[in-house]
Amino acid sequence: MGKLYNAIFSAGIALVLACLMIGVKLDTDGTTLKVHGASPEQWSWIIGGIALVFLSQLFADQIDAAFGKIPKPNLSNLIPEGDKMVRLKPWLLAGVFVCMVIWPFLVSRGSVDLATLALIYIMLGLGLNIVVGLAGLLDLGYVAFYAVGAYTYALLSQYFGLSFWVCLPISAGMAALFGFLLGFPVLRLRGDYLAIVTLGFGEIIRILLNNWTAVTGGPNGISGIDKPSLFGLEFSRRPSEGGTTFHEFFGIDYSSTYKVIFLYLIAVVLVAFVIYVINRLMRMPIGRAWEALREDEIACRSLGLNRTAIKLSAFTIGASTAGFAGSFFAARQGFISPESFTFIESAIILAIVVLGGMGSQIGIILAAIVMTILPELAREFSEYRMLLFGLTMVLMMRWRPQGLVPMKRPVLELK
Amino acid sequence: MSQLLLDVNGLTMQFGGLKAVDKVNITVKNRQIVSIIGPNGAGKTTVFNCLSGFYIPTTGSVLFKGKEIAGMKDFQISRQGLVRTFQHVRLFSNMTVIENMLVAQHRHLNTGLLSGLFKTPSYRRLEREAMDRAVFWLKEVNLLDSANRESGNLSYGQQRRLEIARCMVTQPELLMLDEPAAGLNPNETKELDELIIRLRDEHEISILLIEHDMGLVMGISDHIYVIAQGMPLADGNADEIKNNPDVIKAYLGES
Repeated sequence: MGKLYNAIFSAGIALVLACLMIGVKLDTDGTTLKVHGASPEQWSWIIGGIALVFLSQLFADQIDAAFGKIPKPNLSNLIPEGDKMVRLKPWLLAGVFVCMVIWPFLVSRGSVDLATLALIYIMLGLGLNIVVGLAGLLDLGYVAFYAVGAYTYALLSQYFGLSFWVCLPISAGMAALFGFLLGFPVLRLRGDYLAIVTLGFGEIIRILLNNWTAVTGGPNGISGIDKPSLFGLEFSRRPSEGGTTFHEFFGIDYSSTYKVIFLYLIAVVLVAFVIYVINRLMRMPIGRAWEALREDEIACRSLGLNRTAIKLSAFTIGASTAGFAGSFFAARQGFISPESFTFIESAIILAIVVLGGMGSQIGIILAAIVMTILPELAREFSEYRMLLFGLTMVLMMRWRPQGLVPMKRPVLELK
Repeated sequence: MSQLLLDVNGLTMQFGGLKAVDKVNITVKNRQIVSIIGPNGAGKTTVFNCLSGFYIPTTGSVLFKGKEIAGMKDFQISRQGLVRTFQHVRLFSNMTVIENMLVAQHRHLNTGLLSGLFKTPSYRRLEREAMDRAVFWLKEVNLLDSANRESGNLSYGQQRRLEIARCMVTQPELLMLDEPAAGLNPNETKELDELIIRLRDEHEISILLIEHDMGLVMGISDHIYVIAQGMPLADGNADEIKNNPDVIKAYLGES
């Protein structure tokens, strides 16, 4: 009986939503608004959709059972166990790294560019994973630190002419400083309250960037940001004053592909660096303390762990990773504006962490790749991008709430 | 004269209009087992919370090794060498036993980000020492065989013992146990009894104990305090307490 009620209720909601969004259309006719009904064909689609919702709710159990019979892909089983893994791991990692380096020379410019974008999201996902996945602090304004990193490089480059390589650590440091300043007052808050404060912080940074026109250029953003150079060699067609370009130095023809590949390679190196650092952190006392604090705060306090310092360290390190990604993003785009740092970016990064599996690095890398490549593949559906995005989330949470590759803790063993 | 390890004077904790603890005095000397008993809701755990810094007492002084600790933060107090367990086991249940033991040594281990990132020799040495200390205490509480198991999968008695080992690895001078025998079977209680005595005699620490198991309390305590309705009712050694008419009345009710 409850089932029937549920089905009728869901169908009703679908009806209301469909009628409002598809069934009625407003058109301007001169100065007046006219209401059009949908065409009969559209109505038949709407009715079909509602029938589908009704039936799927009515037979939810049977559908679940049918899906349950399909063997679930268990990605973690693909990874060999124990001793074998220990021996294979360095070779595997080296192999992956070599493939990553050779790959861009074999494919089109567009794919390399897309891969670079995916790498940026991997960095962001891994950084947020420290805060959300390991330390268990829900941060909805993570994009603020990304923006801080990007604007730090853009502004330093514009006003002081500093190069990308100098600005990279400065950007990470600035983002860390912002993380520290925000974290200090708010980390005594828990769960939901913290989420709201970080959400507000993200908006404050964006609005600040939007309105402080004198410095940040406001909504127009900053353009003409310098690209990174390779030991002083530039990747532009013509050298700047006193500079040398890459193609002149090596005596080859100019091609804009070099620049794209070079940016990609920088991203690979940055991601490798971030992965190494986070891997070490997870095995260090501080990483264990993050997890312990997530599990039982009171026990931690009674054992002499300073919870504020520990949470702050997670927040700061996560923020600095975003700063890293941000300054690279600014260098890659050559143009940034507050548009790039809206709440939806935070949501996407958080979605990467949740879809990948909180705490799991491999999962997050996979999720970041999926989340950047899927929208590109489905360009024709770009209007429905958010719809597909939501659908993926709902389906994942329904059938695989622990994420693509659930976290496996790096367990410390006593020998 | 033996110096007082812990000297609590006129400790009062007020929640709004309710005096949960009212002018309680407790002293603990070096290498002493002191128990606090009292009916349910008498305020024993509140006393513990005040001593360990989870609550800040309304009035009264708490001297630990001659130093005022009332008003200090919880983690600062435990760094002074005063560590507690909880009425309900609080382990990091997704972590292994040995990891639990290492988290407890966080402040000895957490020397710097860079040394850990690059695994410097001094970092490795610190970690090895921490492991050795952890192994020593796991041996003491007879848990070494389970060192690599997830602590949430241990039996209840083992979890209790792990909690004590986790406190001891921080090298405290005063260990406060909040109902350590609750939920243990008679055999396990006997083992706990022996462990507590060994902690005093071999490892030379003092223990402050809250317990309802009268057999355990009367058997091992050097001194007993009785609290009823937040107020001190009596104190003395086991025989004095057993024969004190006020205590009997508080426990059995007036006839």
